[in-house]
Amino acid sequence: MSFALKEQFQVTSRYKMWSYILMGIGLVSLLVGFFMYGAGHDAHHKARFWSSLLHNSVYFLLVVNASMFFVCVTTLAWGGWQMSFRRVPEAISTAVIPLGIISLIVLVCLVATDPHIYHWLHPHGDKLLEGKSAFLNSGFFYTWTILSIGLWTILGIKMRKLSRELDETPITSVAEGKKYIFKNTIWAAIFIVWFALTVASTVPWLWLMSIDAHWYSTMYSWYTFASSFVSGMSLIALFVVYLKNKGYLEVVSEEHLHDLGKFMFAFSVFWTYLWFSQYMLIWYANIPEETVYFLPRVKGPYKYIFFLNLIINFLAPLLILMRRSSKRNYTTITIMAVVIIFGHWLDFYQMVFPGNFKDHVELNLFDFGIAAGFVGIILFATGRALSKNALYAKNHPFFKESVIHHT
Amino acid sequence: MAVKKFVVGCFDDEAVLFPAVKNVRKAGYKMHDVYTPFPIHGLDHAMGLRDTSLHTAGFIYGITGTTTALSFISWVFTKDWELNIGGKPHFALPAWIPIMFELTVLFAAVGMVLTFCYLCQLAPFVKKHHFHPRATDDLFVMTIELTAKSNEVEIINFLNSVGAKEVHVQEAETGWWLGRYDNDSKPFDNMIREEHSATA
Repeated sequence: MSFALKEQFQVTSRYKMWSYILMGIGLVSLLVGFFMYGAGHDAHHKARFWSSLLHNSVYFLLVVNASMFFVCVTTLAWGGWQMSFRRVPEAISTAVIPLGIISLIVLVCLVATDPHIYHWLHPHGDKLLEGKSAFLNSGFFYTWTILSIGLWTILGIKMRKLSRELDETPITSVAEGKKYIFKNTIWAAIFIVWFALTVASTVPWLWLMSIDAHWYSTMYSWYTFASSFVSGMSLIALFVVYLKNKGYLEVVSEEHLHDLGKFMFAFSVFWTYLWFSQYMLIWYANIPEETVYFLPRVKGPYKYIFFLNLIINFLAPLLILMRRSSKRNYTTITIMAVVIIFGHWLDFYQMVFPGNFKDHVELNLFDFGIAAGFVGIILFATGRALSKNALYAKNHPFFKESVIHHT
Repeated sequence: MAVKKFVVGCFDDEAVLFPAVKNVRKAGYKMHDVYTPFPIHGLDHAMGLRDTSLHTAGFIYGITGTTTALSFISWVFTKDWELNIGGKPHFALPAWIPIMFELTVLFAAVGMVLTFCYLCQLAPFVKKHHFHPRATDDLFVMTIELTAKSNEVEIINFLNSVGAKEVHVQEAETGWWLGRYDNDSKPFDNMIREEHSATA
């Protein structure tokens, strides 16, 4: 390349300050919430405290893990266009480590201390739960949770290591390049298979769907996956825009932004498709075992959140991101990314809470404070990872393809 | 429609074609089109073509489809022929969404295909003029329309100087509708000359 690229990202003091402030807000909220709700003997308050932790930790963990999914999918497909900003999703995916540890603690506590979130912990006398106990039992829950988070972390570390491998030792021959691509493909494929077995099937059943233990939906995991993937793409877009604003990522242009925008648009529609498929089949069949899930959500106190969710996550992206020019506009993409991330946070809220809190919505500052804490952790981890390595995987064989990318 | 006269320049290299397109535009010649065997990224931009409005048309066809489906089906089931289907309300919106979606897609798809054919002047039994058979194989074919103001020899020399492998002059019909084919058989600038001589 004939011009010098800014390859080293430096975390500004303002960025650092904001990540500390947000993490501080999270910590304060956690403490206040613990003494307000968690520490008492009131079962309702206890469940309120742990539900909020479950909602936020699982949501943000799945969102940052979606970054590694994006890296692996594009690697597996031998995609080249993402190579100029590939270090961004790689950096975001390092947050899987802290968030994975937090989620693991929360999930283990949910089963071990039993704050009345998972009713399947006491199946005795309940025919339906007894029938499901081969899957919904604490042993399986622990094993699968530890395996899921552990392998996401380990495979993520492996993928990032493979990417850094070329920074110091460039490829010298075609044969070497082919070998490198092959190695990447294999590891990416392993991640995808594990991702499919966890995020796209069992993990949402165990972590979220089992809150409404009597009810089930075969759409649920895909629906959760779509939610987390579209928010993950929005998060990547946000960081790309931030780095562009700071003068980094010179070779990333509106062509790349356009493609990120397409992902945000397409997967918003995909999410809606799954949302609607799940809803309509249950609405049409009208079987009490199934409609019990939607009753508090559509007709109960959660109806405003339920329909707001649909407006934010479907109508807004559909109408605003439809035009080509809006997908190539940095401001529109930034606003829509924030809207989508918030919208799917709300979506997860109405997946977690109505099962145990059917009577009224208790969304308050505590939930937002915890969410702020998680955002702070993501900011901190991503900033650290970005500044530790070069911003470009510039020795990758597909790097040039990304520089001349044109939609 | 009218028969016009064109200077046709053939290029065999993208790297030569792009500066040539730029130079032809700079020189102010009237570029008719560039025919290529495959889509070339950025050529539309180099030629100064504006973005297509086909997608705007598609959006309008789409919402027409949605509106048609919603208004018709809600009229049928709430006013014209109310059926009790499994005790569902007459205005059963969730059940209609797949139909609304399908009509949206149908209207948008058919409408856009027809609009595309209209914009590209394609229709059944319409013969399109091919400036060079190798434009479907391995040559990039640039066509410049001769107007009353432009000089044939000058353009031929110009195209040779910007790297064309082969340059020649052709007369072609530019119209497209049935029955309008054999009415005019003389080139555009000849007609101008004839008009001039007729008035003189």
